[in-house]
Amino acid sequence: MRAARHAAPATLPIGSDADLAWVRQQVRQAAAELGFGLVQQTKLVTAASELARNTLVHGGGGQVRITPLDTGQSQGLRLDFVDSGPGIRDLEQAMTDGYTSGGGLGLGLSGAKRLVHEFEVDSRPGEGTTVTVTAWATPVSPSRPGPP
Amino acid sequence: MTGAAGIGPAGGHFTVPVLQLGDVLLVTLQGELHDGMAEQLQQDITDRISHTRVTGVVIDISGVEIVDSFLGRVLAEIAAGAGLLAARTVLAGMRPAVAITLVELGLTLPGLRTALDVERAMELLGAASRPGEGSP
Repeated sequence: MRAARHAAPATLPIGSDADLAWVRQQVRQAAAELGFGLVQQTKLVTAASELARNTLVHGGGGQVRITPLDTGQSQGLRLDFVDSGPGIRDLEQAMTDGYTSGGGLGLGLSGAKRLVHEFEVDSRPGEGTTVTVTAWATPVSPSRPGPP
Repeated sequence: MTGAAGIGPAGGHFTVPVLQLGDVLLVTLQGELHDGMAEQLQQDITDRISHTRVTGVVIDISGVEIVDSFLGRVLAEIAAGAGLLAARTVLAGMRPAVAITLVELGLTLPGLRTALDVERAMELLGAASRPGEGSP
């Protein structure tokens, strides 16, 4: 009822164009509820759109888990994109600007990485890929200790 | 002012209104645009240009909350296709947050002309004569 109520983690399927749109809407809503500014929301939703499309196009579909984070000092949102597709054979190449295997612009992974605070890829050939991104409502990530 | 009646974003369905104003096609994108719709739009606009022989296309994205690399590519391809059919394309009304995000994403859409709003886009295309502003 009040803004202090925390949204629970949610898992959404990624299996169609319509699912991509739904993921974008849900990520935006979650980010807005956590106090993300408009630019931060737009960056995170754009990153989510890139990654969800990767899950759909390259991973053959999968799901995204949306987890609100609260460190007490700042609030964030973690997104885990999970597929059980073929995996990424050459991660370094896949992370290169302009490299594409899917007919896109090749900005999906590398571009999404620039739009969030934390970015991690776990991919096993033949088993699937999990991409985890985190963004914080404050500009500085609280996971990094400040200078002593 | 753009007469965008007929848009129904509810339920994930809507049609993209494409209006002809003199020599210009005005395309108004709003809300969530599914990938399939974006590709359909590309074909529709190209068909309309060739049938109506317009010389300009204005794509109003002031109602679009995000542009990702897919939509960015479609917009660039619409402009490229229009160019081959002798029509110039202007992207109008990009939101500031979208511009910031696109730069960080690495998608600056070179070659795509932009304007702050539809009116300036029409001016850019030399299509200033509009209803209510005197007859051409």
